[in-house]
Amino acid sequence: MAFAAFGSSNAPAAAKPTRSGKVVIALLAPGLAYLGAFFLTPLFALIMVSLEVPDPTGGYAEYVPAFEIGNYLYVIGEYLPHILRSFGYALAATVLALLISYPLAYFIGVKARPRPLLQKLMLTLVIAPFFISFLLRTLAWKQIFSNESWIVSSLHDIGLLAPTQYVVGTPFMVIFGLTYNFIPFMTLPLYTSLERLDLRYLEAGSDLYASPTKVFRKVTLPLSMPGIISGTLLTFIPIAGDYINASGDFLGSSSTSMIGNVIESNYLQINDYPSASALSVLLMGVILVLVTFYVKKSGTEDLL
Amino acid sequence: MRFSLGKLTLPLYAVLAFIYLLIPIAYTFVFSFNDSLKTNLIWRGFTFDKWTNVCQREGVCEAFGNSVFIGIISTIFATGLGTMIAIALVRYRFKFRSSVNLLLFLPMATPEVVLGAGLASQFFNLGVQKGIWTIIIAHIMFCLSFVVVTVKARVASLDPALEEAGRDLYANPTQVFWKITFPLLLPGIASAALLSFALSFDDFIITNFNAGSDMTFPRYVYTAAARGVPAEANVVGCAVFALAILIVLATQINGEVKRRKLAKVH
Repeated sequence: MAFAAFGSSNAPAAAKPTRSGKVVIALLAPGLAYLGAFFLTPLFALIMVSLEVPDPTGGYAEYVPAFEIGNYLYVIGEYLPHILRSFGYALAATVLALLISYPLAYFIGVKARPRPLLQKLMLTLVIAPFFISFLLRTLAWKQIFSNESWIVSSLHDIGLLAPTQYVVGTPFMVIFGLTYNFIPFMTLPLYTSLERLDLRYLEAGSDLYASPTKVFRKVTLPLSMPGIISGTLLTFIPIAGDYINASGDFLGSSSTSMIGNVIESNYLQINDYPSASALSVLLMGVILVLVTFYVKKSGTEDLL
Repeated sequence: MRFSLGKLTLPLYAVLAFIYLLIPIAYTFVFSFNDSLKTNLIWRGFTFDKWTNVCQREGVCEAFGNSVFIGIISTIFATGLGTMIAIALVRYRFKFRSSVNLLLFLPMATPEVVLGAGLASQFFNLGVQKGIWTIIIAHIMFCLSFVVVTVKARVASLDPALEEAGRDLYANPTQVFWKITFPLLLPGIASAALLSFALSFDDFIITNFNAGSDMTFPRYVYTAAARGVPAEANVVGCAVFALAILIVLATQINGEVKRRKLAKVH
């Protein structure tokens, strides 16, 4: 998927698989057992905690196992704005990332094809933001758009922004930051898809008198659909769960809090584990629906 | 005229897109040379001091050291476990294959808050004290799948005839693996290890849920963000950035040189 862009994508046919049960088990068992212990079991732990109730005899932040489905109704009622905001922001940022990435990925994957070194250099530039700390690059945008910055004062001067309005802390800023931070997750799978695009299909289209727009709509776009789908999945999911960008210390304010912010503060600050867990399980549920949709469309081999 | 303008649109767009991607990096670099005091918000003049005295600022180097330690240990384990799975996935057909693929994909598809809160709940239930080792356990978990993806691409590109040749020359399976398969896989394993280290080093969300009082570099920046991040943090971020980019460029140029040599031979 995303990082497959860095492996050799045009691999020769895979080795003919041989049967050898013991070797397979020896190779798979340690890693899968690890994921079982530290990925799957924690998810079950999360579900159990999400159903707990406060300990009637205990003190602050003490809970006992129970089967309180009501926790879910409570979090949906209490945090509906945050839930809607998360998915709204995630949708907006994913669409923006797709619009920004597609022409770029097309340029790298199709137009730059005759120059492999240039292609590789451009791919390095695409992932360059990953190499500087996530938090530092987010803070950099905060400073660039800070209330005292020349950008904001010129926006005030030309009247695009009312004198009392600022950029940091608005939904615009949060969506901007989310788009920026996750754009490589969109560009890379798009590139992988477009790099494999057989240009003869495009020629065939124009030979048959299709306009460039029509060729794009009928040939290029459908052929790059796997990249669009996996890019969308890879950006939407982490964005929906992010809480750095929307946090008040970074690009957001209390009015931009997302699900992640609620989970973080309920879990780590006010120790309301059941509500934080219930929200996590809900978030995971939505993600699983999306993944299932993807698997139905593309199968499990394309996941990795 | 119209034609040439149309031809220039995409390259121009790409340049603009790259500028956009690089702006915050450039900003962080510039402000690592700021002669700032405790916070680093306003430009106060140029200095090399922050680069030469990074460790003067309390906590920065300690957090950095912790992050490097966590990164190295997590990378070793994640790369080992992930490489084994990648070999199994490409070289063998087995039942439950799609379940294995799914199990490997899910950690990559799960939002970090969910991974973090889940693992924290598990540690809480088991009564495990959170600290450096709980962070390492978490990092191995989320790096593993990325290692599998990266190494898998490399295994798939191996020519099985090379291993066959080894067997024909009476090498036993162990010898075939260590003398042929492993050296050929090494570039893939190396890039997986780099990726794994980068993911571990930069992780904040999962770490924050599973850390005790131990600082990592991202945790240091997060805590400092409330009152202003000192320029020394920019120095660390930029140094790591420069190192990573150098490694990536060196591998790419090395690969290109090899490719050209091969092209000459043929």
